[in-house]
Amino acid sequence: MATETHDAGHTAADAAHAAADSAPGMPQLDFATYPNQIFWLLVTLVVIYLILSRVALPRIGGILAERTGTITNDLAAAEDLKAKAVDAEAAYNQALADARVEAQRIAAEARAEIQAGLDDAIVKADAEIAAKAAESEKAIAEIRANALESIKAVADDTAVEIVTAMGGTADAAAVSDAVANRVKG
Amino acid sequence: MASEAHGAEEGGLVFHPMDQFIIKPLFGGDTIAWYTPTNASLWMALAVLAIIGLLVLGSSKRAIVPTRMQSIAELAYGFIYKMVEDICGKDGVKYFPYVMTLFMFIVCANFLGLLPLSFTTTSHFAVTTVLALAVFLTVTILGFVLNGTKFLGLFWVSSAPLALRPVLAIIELISYFVRPVSHSIRLAGNVMAGHAVIKVFAGFAAITVISPVSVLAITAMYGLEVLVAFIQAYVFTILTCVYLKDALHPSH
Repeated sequence: MATETHDAGHTAADAAHAAADSAPGMPQLDFATYPNQIFWLLVTLVVIYLILSRVALPRIGGILAERTGTITNDLAAAEDLKAKAVDAEAAYNQALADARVEAQRIAAEARAEIQAGLDDAIVKADAEIAAKAAESEKAIAEIRANALESIKAVADDTAVEIVTAMGGTADAAAVSDAVANRVKG
Repeated sequence: MASEAHGAEEGGLVFHPMDQFIIKPLFGGDTIAWYTPTNASLWMALAVLAIIGLLVLGSSKRAIVPTRMQSIAELAYGFIYKMVEDICGKDGVKYFPYVMTLFMFIVCANFLGLLPLSFTTTSHFAVTTVLALAVFLTVTILGFVLNGTKFLGLFWVSSAPLALRPVLAIIELISYFVRPVSHSIRLAGNVMAGHAVIKVFAGFAAITVISPVSVLAITAMYGLEVLVAFIQAYVFTILTCVYLKDALHPSH
């Protein structure tokens, strides 16, 4: 009961308060509040200005500058690395060309060496062949001489046998001479 | 809120769209002296806290790859910095903290004002007039300090025919002094009108049949108000830059 009365009283007071509060016109034109608003606005603006100019703006500006710097540095580093890569490629190509030249030189050298060795061997072989040929000729001449001797001996023997068979007595020396003459002729 | 419930209780439609703009002392009492903490001062303080949260705490990690909060802070910084640089030129950059202060305060106050049951400080002419007058005085004083009497060349259109120049000078002079008026009323008027319209739609919601339409309309208006909150802050700031440019380079 007491609370109800209290509530009722409260509502009534509220209603009265609200009615009193209801502005007849625009609260914006209530000049009595102007000094208050202006004072607090100036305080607010000064506080915001100090916070922004002392703390917030330098910090954000610094962050942005730092980021720009980082990006620029990264780009420069990338440029650097790219140049290095190009250099490395050039060095690689150079090395490749050098190696090719070197290889060709070595090949030519080897070829010349082989050629020289070959020439030597050919000369040696020619000499050997010539020596062998001379030897062979000598051997052939010997053989031929031997053969002549043999033929003469055979012819002698044969002539003696023939003379004997024909009933004569063969004078070995005379027969031999005659055969020698014949063979010579 | 209380007054609307009160109106509905009585059975009729009672609109108090302007009640949301009433300035009350925070800790009771009826008199509002110049130093009394009011709901206006509370929401201004909350705007300060929002700015600290966004720009100071958001950037506290100084990350090269930013977090979300830091991204927003950098976005706001870049947005206003570029605006000042583009409009005022390189020599206008030293007034960047000043412009940034105005922008951050207006944009935070506007968005905080969109919270239900909140108070919108920028809907009051006292606030926007101080902001606009601050710009006006800054520009005028800066113009004379930097350029001396050459600043008056702003009103003397040297590219126009000589006979027309006095006429143009009068028009320019009037437009110059109207600047703070339009500058302040544009902001407060837009913000106030949107909030009042939302309140009117909310008043209609007391009728059951109309209430779905009313809710839809409130939603649509709210979306529009979100746009207006940013656009008015942007407009105020860009006009500040344009006026500053006049002070820095008064010649036409």
